[in-house]
Amino acid sequence: MWEQVRSNRIRSVVLVGMMAALLLVVGYLLGEAFLGNPIGGLIIALAILLVLNLVAFFQGDNIMLAISGARKITRDDHPRLYNIVEEMKIASGLERMPDVYIIDDPAMNAFATGRDANHASVAVTAGLLQALNRDELQGVVGHEIAHIKNRDVLLMSLCGVLLGAIVILAWYGSRMMLFGGMAGGRRSSRGGGGGGGIIIIVAIVLAILAPILAQLIYFAISRKREYMADASSALYTRYPEGLASALEKLAGSKIQVKGANQATAPAYIINPFREKGRAAADLTSTHPPISERIRILRSMAGGASLVDYDHAYRSIHKGGKPVFSTATLAGTGAVGIRAAVPEAAPAGREPGKAERTREVSDLMWRMNKYDTLTCECGTKLKIPPDFKRSNVKCPHCGRINNVKQR
Amino acid sequence: MVALYVVLGIIVVLLLWFVIIYNGLVRLRNQMQNAWAQIDVQLKRRHDLIPNLVETVKGYMQHERETLEAVTNARNLAQQAIGRGVGAQSQAEQGLTGALSRLLAVVENYPDLKANQNFLALQEELTSTENKISFSRQYYNDSVLGLNNKVQMFPSNFVANMTNFKLGEFFEVEAPAEREAPKVSFT
Repeated sequence: MWEQVRSNRIRSVVLVGMMAALLLVVGYLLGEAFLGNPIGGLIIALAILLVLNLVAFFQGDNIMLAISGARKITRDDHPRLYNIVEEMKIASGLERMPDVYIIDDPAMNAFATGRDANHASVAVTAGLLQALNRDELQGVVGHEIAHIKNRDVLLMSLCGVLLGAIVILAWYGSRMMLFGGMAGGRRSSRGGGGGGGIIIIVAIVLAILAPILAQLIYFAISRKREYMADASSALYTRYPEGLASALEKLAGSKIQVKGANQATAPAYIINPFREKGRAAADLTSTHPPISERIRILRSMAGGASLVDYDHAYRSIHKGGKPVFSTATLAGTGAVGIRAAVPEAAPAGREPGKAERTREVSDLMWRMNKYDTLTCECGTKLKIPPDFKRSNVKCPHCGRINNVKQR
Repeated sequence: MVALYVVLGIIVVLLLWFVIIYNGLVRLRNQMQNAWAQIDVQLKRRHDLIPNLVETVKGYMQHERETLEAVTNARNLAQQAIGRGVGAQSQAEQGLTGALSRLLAVVENYPDLKANQNFLALQEELTSTENKISFSRQYYNDSVLGLNNKVQMFPSNFVANMTNFKLGEFFEVEAPAEREAPKVSFT
């Protein structure tokens, strides 16, 4: 495992370096095109780069959590989710328990974020909590914990912020060139003669290509990391079917995550974007195709180790490159798959879909500071936090109930 | 003169190699001991949950006194085994796991109990604690495997022998059924 972490770190540095270089080139060309001074553009780009990286490093996780509207929960809010995260923390050997967040969103998705293993958070949507059973949720949480353990989380926040900056710069750059750029163009062509025109063309082309290029760099590695996180999840849970069936449910869901954008997309367990009403399985840019991820997990016959995942991957990608380096796989033992339900847990003891839905909706009411009041007829009344009157009439039986004063 | 430098150089390289291997071994041993501490935490948690469970369940299950007593006894045995080594402890915990799963199997016959909020919360805690025990055991055994590989394999076995590193002891699987791959039956 450690060899993998080390090679990941080298790749991360290369990747962030490439993105940074791209940002600098964009800055240089925009400076040349608009300020008539490429060095000025370069310096501005450098300053932006520095600030962005500092922000991403120290606040990347908070930004990500705030954008997605995630709220922190404690063990008492949702014991099952909290326990599952703790189980996966133990299975992966993480030293610190990650913070657990819930996103009030009916879409099904999850992500992990943070600077390193000691500053990490896991967030899942309410829709996911409702739809998945224990084994499936464990698979998804295992995947997210693997992103923390494999040190993908820092890379994701650094790249996300850089990508965002390049997209914004290029967008403004291209708008300025199209609509307000004539003045700048005239100035530089007067100063530099024919050379200015060529640079303007290069700048326009780059402004269009840079975001695509940045995303390509990003995806090249984020895809492989998804496979690696899937493999680690299977290893931690000893139960590839859990994640496989969770992915199946996620793929079938047609609701899009509200608080996701281009820059944060790769952090989610599946691509949060989909065309209206279309299943997520078709759109696959940041993530490997879901159907393929499911097929690999399901063909892990006989074991849950990284070696087994590698075999399964290569049986589907005929002649493809292995997911893991031989150094990673050396010295890992055979690992069996556990039985479907955890030991000492006979089937049928788990809360069903209806109970899970009630559990999650109660939690959401509580988190939005609604009070619950049970009328004598059994109806549960939800009292909003800004409710002023001292009593409320039950809509079901007409009894007058007193409201606790807050 | 040159020969002296060569010899000195070789000695320095050997020393460096020794230090690196030795530190690697120490790291693996610490990881293993830390993993063992994790198992311990979870086993204690299970011991703490059982009196609560028995108390909650007792009122509903008058006819299952033997099952309940078996759980309590198994818990006491497991508590006595603390500190007697990995082997003894894993055997006692194996008994407790068996008694608990028998108890949870008969719960199926008591619908009232299954509707009890207190019991449901306890059940989630117990399920999760069982999972945490098996996950921490899993991680512990992986750590033991890592250490044992280093202690036995060439060339780190030289350093291990010289500094008297011992092989780690595996925490055995609890039930024979766990060793077998799941069987799918179409009935």
